[in-house]
Amino acid sequence: MSEHETTADSEHEPNRRDFLYLATGMAGVVGAASLAWPFIDQMRPDASTLAAASIEVDISSLEKGSTLQVKWRGKPVTIRNRTDKEVQEAKDVQLSDLKDPVARNANLDANADATDINRSAGKGKENWFVMIQVCTHLGCIPLGEQGEFGGWFCPCHGSVYDTAGRIRHGPAPYNMELPPFDLTPGKTVRIG
Amino acid sequence: MSGDHSTYAPRSGFTKWIDTRLPLPRLMHDSFVSYPVPRNLNYAYTFGGILSIMLGLQMLTGIVLAMHYVASTDQAFTSVEFIMRDVNYGWLLRYLHANGASFFFLAVYLHIARGLYYGSYKAPRELLWILGVVILFLMMGTAFMGYVLPWGQMSFWGATVITGFFSAFPAVGDWIQRLLIGGFAVGQPTLNRFYSLHYLLPFMIAGVVILHIWALHVTGQTNPTGVDIRKKTDTIPFTPYATIKDALGMSVFFLVFAYFVFYMPNYLGHADNYIEANSLKTPAEIVPEWYFLPFYAMLRAITFNLGPINSKLGGVLTMFASILVLFVVPWLDTSKVRSAVYRPVYKVCFWLFIVDCLLLGWCGSQPPQGAIVLTAQLGTLYYFGFFLIIMPLLGLVEKPRRLPNSITEAVLSRRQTSAGRPAGATAAPEDRG
Ligand code: HEM
Ligand code: FES
Repeated sequence: MSEHETTADSEHEPNRRDFLYLATGMAGVVGAASLAWPFIDQMRPDASTLAAASIEVDISSLEKGSTLQVKWRGKPVTIRNRTDKEVQEAKDVQLSDLKDPVARNANLDANADATDINRSAGKGKENWFVMIQVCTHLGCIPLGEQGEFGGWFCPCHGSVYDTAGRIRHGPAPYNMELPPFDLTPGKTVRIG
Repeated sequence: MSGDHSTYAPRSGFTKWIDTRLPLPRLMHDSFVSYPVPRNLNYAYTFGGILSIMLGLQMLTGIVLAMHYVASTDQAFTSVEFIMRDVNYGWLLRYLHANGASFFFLAVYLHIARGLYYGSYKAPRELLWILGVVILFLMMGTAFMGYVLPWGQMSFWGATVITGFFSAFPAVGDWIQRLLIGGFAVGQPTLNRFYSLHYLLPFMIAGVVILHIWALHVTGQTNPTGVDIRKKTDTIPFTPYATIKDALGMSVFFLVFAYFVFYMPNYLGHADNYIEANSLKTPAEIVPEWYFLPFYAMLRAITFNLGPINSKLGGVLTMFASILVLFVVPWLDTSKVRSAVYRPVYKVCFWLFIVDCLLLGWCGSQPPQGAIVLTAQLGTLYYFGFFLIIMPLLGLVEKPRRLPNSITEAVLSRRQTSAGRPAGATAAPEDRG
């Protein structure tokens, strides 16, 4: 610390210089840390990016078996009117057969099961399906109606998803995410 | 090494005036003219000089490209095409910059291999080595962000995949990823900040290079025998001997570089990067530039969960570890002998390591299926085994060959077999004895 402390350390009483030294040092550290924060925080998504967080999509022309792709927060979101066969196949899967048993549905509890109903738009709207079409491995866009289960297939490193967008094989760790949404069948869906 | 016995003698009144005020000419003279270097340096020692020139070239071409480039998601791609077609000599400047990055990495990898072969990282050069690894890290960051700038398909999806690595970290991963890209997906904020950092980092590299050379001039260079400089006849002055040797090495290197720039400027690049970025369509396969392929292969080699670490996080950690391990190499190698020339077993392991890196690079360029995955896994195993098992254990069990008493002795014993040549000032080739 101050120069005389190195010579006669334990002997001397803390004096005014020691106090000033510590106080200035502390103020400096706190000051530097609080000044550093704006420099880091400016990197995070800005207000305009966050504001563009909600969109409304017309789904009145979406027939059974067809898909609409929209862009939400810079990412593709798939809106699909699933066929009865697809719903049935997804329903028949046992939870124990899934690599990731969690629904990953922003509209439900964080630990809800990945049953088909929890992955769809809900009771009575099982055929409606809204999902962020981004592979949970490293972020590529999987191709629709492809792969072993007729769901999605990611060309990047070969992850295979079923018709409810749940990961079945490959390096991806999780089911693809469902965004927060509010869907009126045959009319509109608000995403975000 | 340079400062203690300076031989600089200012001649004119003007240089004397300078010397008593800011002795920069003295520093330059002592560092690059009278600076003593081992007399037996071979061409493996010319890459340091080549690297300095490459850094200068990247900065020069980069700064003029920046006069025409526009960092906006709707104009970046067109502005690069505009550089190629409309800007006077724009094609040359861009091809120099893009191929320059490749040759920069080629030189740095050869430079690192030289260090691993001749034990350049051993005491007292640990800090010199660590500064080098810091430079490698900064170079990788710079090249990755530079590759995003032309905003082609590979730029965009490369950026998505690489920043996606960070989402592998539990709890904080998504937060970090958003901090890096400034949004929910790669977009305008990402391009803008990458441009800013791509401009900045090379100057930081230049700063670290100065420290690197400072540390070099404190400890002096190693040499192919690995024995320390003991007497005056062991060294020769940097200029003209090392200067001219470096110049010849550079000329050959730049001839090859020029061949690529003028005759096959797109050979090292990926054709998909001439397609403008499309955030809704992933290319059939994402491959990084060649200089990242070995690391990419190690990333993809981890296809299995390791206890609580899932395959994605495991791959990312493995990839980072593959570079971080270089930092501790000075403490992993337990052998007292510096140069691989006198270490018969290490020499074999070293060349296997080089083959392994090439093999990993090849795996990284292939779609990850079947035998490729297994090969990459074995390659990763040897990569880490070389550093973490072979280096520490071999030093304890290997019986090194007899070391020469001095550099001079090593050089002269070689001379006896090729008598008639003047045992003069020419730097002798490596002693393979
Ligand atoms: C360590 C040195 C550097 C490395 C390794 C490096 C690497 C790269 C790479 C790989 C690209 C993509 C080339 C392409 O495919 O088109 C690039 C682009 C670019 N770099 Fe650098 N760079 C360096 C220094 C600089 C500096 C100092 C500047 C100055 C501002 C700069 C400005 C640019 C610009 C404007 C582009 C976009 C134009 C283009 O793509 O050709 N670079 N850089
Ligand atoms: S990003 Fe989809 S499998 Fe890797």
